[in-house]
Amino acid sequence: MKDLERALLRLFLVVALPALLVVAWWYASDGSTDIYWPPLRTILTTFPDVWTGERLREDVLPSVLRLSAGYACAAVAGVALGTVIGSYRRVRAVCEPVLEFLRAVPPPVLVPVIMLFAGIGDTMKIAVIASGCVWPILLNTVEGVRAVDSVMSETARSYGITGVARLRHLVLPAASPQIFAGLRQALSIGIILMVISEMFAASNGLGFTIVQFQRGFAIPDMWTGILLLGLLGFVLSVVFRLVERRALGWYHGARDASRRSS
Amino acid sequence: MLDVRGLKKVYEGSGRRVEAVRDLTFTVDAGELVCLVGPSGCGKTTLLKCVGGLLTPTAGEVLVGGRRVTGPPPDMAVVFQEYGRSLFPWMRVRENVELPLKQKKSSSARRRELVADALASVGLTDAAGAYPWQLSGGMQQRVAIARALAYEPDVLLMDEPFAAVDAQTRADLEDLVRGLWRQRGITILFVTHDIDEAVYLGERVLILSSSPTVVQEQLKIDLPADRDQLHTRVAPRFAELRTHVYEQIQAAKRGTPVADRLVKDLTDTPPPSKPQ
Amino acid sequence: MTAVKGTNALLGACGLAAFLALGEVVPRLGLVDEDYFPPTSRIADALATELADDAFWTALGDTLTGWAIGLVIAVSAGIVAGVLISVTPYLREATASTIEFLRPIPSVALIPLAVLLYGTELRSVLVLVVYASFWQVLVQVMYGVQDVDPVAEETARSYGLGTWARVRHVLWPTALPYVMTGVRLAAAVALILAVTAELVIGAPGLGARIAVAQTSQAVPEMYALVVVTGVLGLLINVGARTVERRALAWHQSVRGEVAV
Repeated sequence: MKDLERALLRLFLVVALPALLVVAWWYASDGSTDIYWPPLRTILTTFPDVWTGERLREDVLPSVLRLSAGYACAAVAGVALGTVIGSYRRVRAVCEPVLEFLRAVPPPVLVPVIMLFAGIGDTMKIAVIASGCVWPILLNTVEGVRAVDSVMSETARSYGITGVARLRHLVLPAASPQIFAGLRQALSIGIILMVISEMFAASNGLGFTIVQFQRGFAIPDMWTGILLLGLLGFVLSVVFRLVERRALGWYHGARDASRRSS
Repeated sequence: MLDVRGLKKVYEGSGRRVEAVRDLTFTVDAGELVCLVGPSGCGKTTLLKCVGGLLTPTAGEVLVGGRRVTGPPPDMAVVFQEYGRSLFPWMRVRENVELPLKQKKSSSARRRELVADALASVGLTDAAGAYPWQLSGGMQQRVAIARALAYEPDVLLMDEPFAAVDAQTRADLEDLVRGLWRQRGITILFVTHDIDEAVYLGERVLILSSSPTVVQEQLKIDLPADRDQLHTRVAPRFAELRTHVYEQIQAAKRGTPVADRLVKDLTDTPPPSKPQ
Repeated sequence: MTAVKGTNALLGACGLAAFLALGEVVPRLGLVDEDYFPPTSRIADALATELADDAFWTALGDTLTGWAIGLVIAVSAGIVAGVLISVTPYLREATASTIEFLRPIPSVALIPLAVLLYGTELRSVLVLVVYASFWQVLVQVMYGVQDVDPVAEETARSYGLGTWARVRHVLWPTALPYVMTGVRLAAAVALILAVTAELVIGAPGLGARIAVAQTSQAVPEMYALVVVTGVLGLLINVGARTVERRALAWHQSVRGEVAV
């Protein structure tokens, strides 16, 4: 009985505030005549009209595909380069100031620069997303690779684990918590860049559509776009967390174990 | 089996020069269990890393089975003190033991056999599917020992392997090592700072001087081959031997009273400026 | 140690020089189109022209104003909300799901709304900057408060310290390193969003200047401005890290650094 009560309490705590907020929004906006703040009822009834199957296919899907492509490129390039740079002290010393500068450039300013080379097509958007996402991944990989434990490293050496095997069994797993920290930061940057590159110059996509609604004063439609974008961000972060939980299960377990014992 | 001749190691870095090991010469016969003791900070770990091919000596040489050591020899395994950092936390116990065998290109059937056998001989058959961090410290060190055994080395180097476990576990592990040695006839070089442990385990004890290190004395341990924690440790001969070793170490410490303190922290681990 | 540091600085300088030289040589050799990728020297010229232009300094000032005001609002709100949520019983559990939902919402989703409400005013920039950096601070503050040693808390309680005294003497010192990390992350994010807002919405500042340079095909000027935003970001990162290190000299070892 006690367990059930506790579970119910927890469920209540999870659901209560979001429900309260939605209800508050609903009633506060109900009957609103301010065109910028349409009633929630209107937004919700507009939602299925706006985001039909065709729209999803022609605007949302391209956005998500561009994001995935750019993000994947950034992940591969960031981990590969980061591993090389992190493995050699001298390479790291040579690259450090340049990398510090490049990562400090706010990624959205890359949009006009890359547009020069890649026009306004998908290539441009993928390039923008990749070149913005690559820095946190790269720098975290460098840190993670650099910090491989000295005892583990000697163990591997004394058992003749070198070269590719060392990379696969020691360096990359040891750096993976840091790599995931970089991937997580890169994900939010990627979403921002996806939206901005589409707002800036595009003929389809989520960012483009939302700006079109805004320019055409289709306010409830614009609100549904904002909601959808928020939902996309939320879903992607949940997916990321699931993947991370799986891939870094050992890391969380080991950390909890050492916390318990200390 | 193991020949150390005129070994010298000097760390040089950032303008300082630390002579960790001055001139060490000793041999370990095939199938012998030799313990190295010395005052703390006397360069035991440096010596072991030179023997294991993890460090290049400044002068002198190490021969394993007649071959000169230039890198980690394939017929040698090392058990480190820091079990928590020597096992890979992202691999299960079984995978940890198996990894060096994969590298050796053993067939998968042979690997399975070796892993099962090694885990059984350290009493961890049931823990094969666990992650190292799910086990106690003593069990983790057993895994590290199993990994070394599965590798089927001719020479096993152990670097203060039980310094970080509690006293009871330690006694169990000592008996385990002695038992495995008698069963398998491996050559073991066991480094420790614990005098009792050295006398209890070894057939021979090498007493090292303070840094810069030389061999202070070699002592044959004439205790019976069958040893147990209860009786061996209270035998009069055990007490004599340990007193002797203790006196030698005290003498060794007095030998270089000032220099000892200065270089103490530098000799056990190489300076951090070494390339990684 | 100093010798190693010296060598590293030298190597770094070489790397930077090589980077600049590459930027000069590659377009000159015609490997990329000079119109799209002007050589370093032409970017440097454009940069010099920019630096002599009053309008550039006004734009820089606008960007920094948006950044600073937004950051201050986000940091204060984040700290207050984080502490309140953490010390009030049940509030942490009750807000967890809401925070988890709101945090990943990309702040750029608010761009159309900000445009409608405030046009190209500073307030548009602030909406984006505050929304994005607030979560960085809030989450770090909550981590920090969670990290408070229960023994220290109990000790303080047993000596009869009141809520306020406990927040001041136990909770705040423990949470401080996390707060500093939050501020550092927020400072970087705030710059990104400030420039984004200017670039996309057209609020005055460096971002808007980049957009103008782009539409008028003033390519070297555009690159020069991009370099300026990079230097700005670099200064903010270095500055925030220095402040963090100064403030936390006493417990640097407490936590590992995660590169951003």
